[in-house]
Amino acid sequence: MKVLEEGRGTLLGWMDPDEARRWMAEKKSRGLEDKRMPLREAVERFTRDGDYFALGGFGHIRFSMAAIYEMIRQGRRHLAMAAKTAVHDIDVLVASGVVDQVECAYSFGHELRGLSPAGRRAVEGGRVKVVAEISNAGFQWRFKAAAMGLPFMPARVMLGTDTLKLSSAKVVEDPFTGKPICLLPACYPDFAFIHVHRCDRYGNAQIDGITIEDSDLARAAKRLILTTEKVVPEEEIRRQPDRTVIPHFLVDAVCEVPYGSHPGNMPGLYYSDEEHMAEWLTLSRTDEGVEEYLERYVLSVEDFSEYIELVGGEEKMAYLRHLEALEAPLRAPWARRG
Amino acid sequence: MGEARMMEYNKTELMACAASRVLEDGRSVLVGTGLPIIAATLAQRLHAPDLLIVFEAGGIGPRIPMIPISVGDSRTFHRAAMAASMDYVMSLAQLGFIDYAFLGAAQIDPYGNLNTTVIGRHDRPKVRLPGSGGANDAGSLCRRTIILMRHDRRRFVEHLDFLTTPGYLTGPGARERAGLPAETGPHRVITQLGVMGFHPSSKRMMLLSVHPGVTVEDVVENTGFELLIPDEVSTTEPPTEAELRLLREEIDPAGIVIG
Repeated sequence: MKVLEEGRGTLLGWMDPDEARRWMAEKKSRGLEDKRMPLREAVERFTRDGDYFALGGFGHIRFSMAAIYEMIRQGRRHLAMAAKTAVHDIDVLVASGVVDQVECAYSFGHELRGLSPAGRRAVEGGRVKVVAEISNAGFQWRFKAAAMGLPFMPARVMLGTDTLKLSSAKVVEDPFTGKPICLLPACYPDFAFIHVHRCDRYGNAQIDGITIEDSDLARAAKRLILTTEKVVPEEEIRRQPDRTVIPHFLVDAVCEVPYGSHPGNMPGLYYSDEEHMAEWLTLSRTDEGVEEYLERYVLSVEDFSEYIELVGGEEKMAYLRHLEALEAPLRAPWARRG
Repeated sequence: MGEARMMEYNKTELMACAASRVLEDGRSVLVGTGLPIIAATLAQRLHAPDLLIVFEAGGIGPRIPMIPISVGDSRTFHRAAMAASMDYVMSLAQLGFIDYAFLGAAQIDPYGNLNTTVIGRHDRPKVRLPGSGGANDAGSLCRRTIILMRHDRRRFVEHLDFLTTPGYLTGPGARERAGLPAETGPHRVITQLGVMGFHPSSKRMMLLSVHPGVTVEDVVENTGFELLIPDEVSTTEPPTEAELRLLREEIDPAGIVIG
């Protein structure tokens, strides 16, 4: 195949498919092993300085903030992040000095809430480097190629744009149609955190609602830490095997963290905490504010349950559950009115 | 002119109405949060009850109970036909199932190419913007894209600082030569000043209508490139009473987007 164009973005998370097969043979047990452990231990054991990593979920939805805060507490450094609709997660990771390289599909913004003051300051001041651009489908299909054990996935996106020029993709002439096509290199992150609704002690996991990229990301990740709202008996999973999105043999650690996606939205359980987001968006306008936030909610806190108490405890969680069920009005101080 | 036409409205409401009228019944639209979902919901309530609303994170055909804050939040698949995955939705777009898509941008050029990545140099940007997100995918794969953005000379530029999402690239045939799917590309650009389309043969941006109270000169003055001006430029129909009532009382009662 003739290579027509090559992106000059940094190729992150790449492995030859045979190398990937060896990893899956040697590092991933097929057996049913009890993988429950405290989040602190999972982060210590499965994340390393300099790693390239991805998070499950999308934006503020079903992301594992508990794991993010724990990485900050443990002082991880020089991580590269697969910023696939990264919002509050990348904000605090960059602000705390954990992440200094980004492959960017979407980051430094907060969707409907506007741009991120902290993220923008970090890139514009050179503290964090965007080493590759990509699109959302680009990331999705990089993970899919990995999940299928393939070196790349062909796709009809990014063609003709600077997004491609700054990506790690290549354009070739498709031997079937003769038309140019984009090849997205497989992406095997060193580790991934995925927050799920429930799983058993072995890691067989269910997700309610949209699964986003997580079925593919779970297979692509070299090390996979599940944080879960609840660990349930094995029988509860086996009663409905069609609901298992992530099977146990992909999983390295199972950490039970109720409300682990706060301040994000856990579909069916609790909505995003827009009062908390407004506090961050206000504080993060200055470096001092960022320090204040990190000190108050992350560094001076023992673990995630203590954080939940700090952000409003059971009363706040009850409100977020009602909000998710459309039984309470949205309180969003960042909005123009309402 | 009826009484309804005399009602006061703001620019955002007018843009929402103009955008909603582009959407045809029985078609599908890929939407983001904010104005796009408001326009799509308005179309569904009025002239396009069978409009299929799709979100890139996996929500397909939802009954939206309130404005989602994220294109992945639980409102985007509330009572939906399907709660799928990003792979599923993006594959549908690549397969040709998505007719319309809404996009926003910080910069647009005469061929409808969009920048949402950086202002200034990529390696040391003056302003870092969020990046492509799903925009490049939508602009590559959906049949007709509708761009909603502010109209001024800093945003309507001859040359983009960064080409994030493809419009007609360098002109006629350029999308196909790049390998993008046939019969796709930008369809409308809707701003606070007017509605633009693209010339069928040159693929350059062309003024279609000016909003009430706006002149052709206003549009030209706020455009940093040569905009094609046809002999006849119509005036955008102002929002009707029914549209305004739906927007204010049912679709965005808190005024989160429409103010």
